[in-house]
Amino acid sequence: MMDDFILNAIMAGILVAIAAGPLGCFLVWRKMAYFGDTIAHSALMGVGLGIALGTGSPWIIMVTSALVSGALLLLQKGEKFSNDTLLGILAHSALSIGLIIIALQESLRQDLMFFLIGDILAIDAGGILDISIMSLAALGGLLYIWKPLLSITVHEDLAQVEGVNLLRTKIVYMLLIALLVAFAMKVIGALLITSLMIIPAAAARNISRGPLQMAFYSMIIGSIAVVMGIMMSSMWDLPAGPSIVLSAFILFLIGRALPNQLRM
Amino acid sequence: MSDNLSSSLIKLEKVSLAFSGRIALSDVSFSVNRGEIVTLIGPNGAGKSTVMKIALGLLKPDKGEVYRLSDISIGYMPQKIIIDDNLPISVKDFLKLRPGSTYAQVEAVMDLVRIAHVGGSPVQRVSGGEMQRVLLARALLGAPDLIVLDEPVQGMDIVGQQEFYQLIRKIRREKNCGVLMISHDLHMVMEGTDKVICLNRHICCSGAPENIQDHPEYHALLSGKPEGITLYTHHHDHTHDSSGNVVPSRDDKDGQDHKRKHDHDG
Repeated sequence: MMDDFILNAIMAGILVAIAAGPLGCFLVWRKMAYFGDTIAHSALMGVGLGIALGTGSPWIIMVTSALVSGALLLLQKGEKFSNDTLLGILAHSALSIGLIIIALQESLRQDLMFFLIGDILAIDAGGILDISIMSLAALGGLLYIWKPLLSITVHEDLAQVEGVNLLRTKIVYMLLIALLVAFAMKVIGALLITSLMIIPAAAARNISRGPLQMAFYSMIIGSIAVVMGIMMSSMWDLPAGPSIVLSAFILFLIGRALPNQLRM
Repeated sequence: MSDNLSSSLIKLEKVSLAFSGRIALSDVSFSVNRGEIVTLIGPNGAGKSTVMKIALGLLKPDKGEVYRLSDISIGYMPQKIIIDDNLPISVKDFLKLRPGSTYAQVEAVMDLVRIAHVGGSPVQRVSGGEMQRVLLARALLGAPDLIVLDEPVQGMDIVGQQEFYQLIRKIRREKNCGVLMISHDLHMVMEGTDKVICLNRHICCSGAPENIQDHPEYHALLSGKPEGITLYTHHHDHTHDSSGNVVPSRDDKDGQDHKRKHDHDG
């Protein structure tokens, strides 16, 4: 028999992974891996603000991340700096603000690690309900913007001429990532959530022949990584979050080593 | 402005635009009518792409007006598309991205531009000439009233260009749509072009191709005949299909007159 907390952890992890994979595919296709990191870093600012306001609600994390991405959209209009420079400025400024606010709360200083790598083994039934709602909402939202977002990813001007609303589609996508990051905070933490988006998506590349298939495989690979990681963690008493990421990395390496015929 | 507005699909009137102080376009006016082929030529940096983006509604001019017939469908063929290798997408699925298109329409348009054989291939793996036709196919989906083509034949050999132009003429004839084409080639424009617009940040001259050759501004832009290249003409008694197989020439009104015959041995 497996312990309840392990079952809960596996459920929570899989729920995060099935939303993270498909959202992560677009990060890979749009060469925006660093954007995921920026959202995750600004989520820590949200955590800090939440603590200062006396609430642990994920919504304040999501709103903070969304505001930082909104700032990014505004700065991009100026086009003075390249995208990754802007992301670097925003990510670390938000991170620093978050760390300062957290440091100002005397009682919480030693718990910083919790926000960085999460604590999947501490998820209870209530937590799982929250995460399932988030996961379904993120997947539903992504399905809704799937075609326009894919079209923008392929060619922005062409998509716009064909009537795709660029700004609305991009904002929805940013909000979905902010939603995922906010609710995945307890599960995998701000430091590791990007890897759960990027690595399964990258691992799925070699075995996929279409975008939808790649999104689907990334869900499966992410879920396998969750189960593997939690097993590793409980068997050898390792931290769960990093074990999940390490498992995903191993799956990625296996994918790379597959014979070439499978690649497209 | 003697153009009849009701038949103009799109009309630019005294459009000007500057990028951070530098004038990119000044006082550009022209229109594209239904069933008309308009070719925009000009040297590099003349503002051809800028004009095209304004016509497509991707850029807003500082001054001037852009009239687009309401509810027209526009097909756009960009110059080049670079799709990340990590995005696995077949030609068919790429075409299907056109909003509102069905697989049946995608199949039909692939037949029309003769790329059905690469329908299942990854977009990143088709050859340059095939990719141009894939992009044309995407522009043709959604029954466009106006097709905007940005240097559609670049990188194609002469035979490929002839075939491509033949296809455009056929489409124009069948669908009676307007065509706005951009070309950086100052010496050759497509046969069948109704109007050539010679652009160098402003419109130097415009008119029917046979008239524009004599225009002094066109010659100033060209500054002499091309040196170091010459034309070599010979006739083929066959063409090649897209897989490279020899097929007999069709009797096409646009086609060349083929008289000689020869065999291939190899």
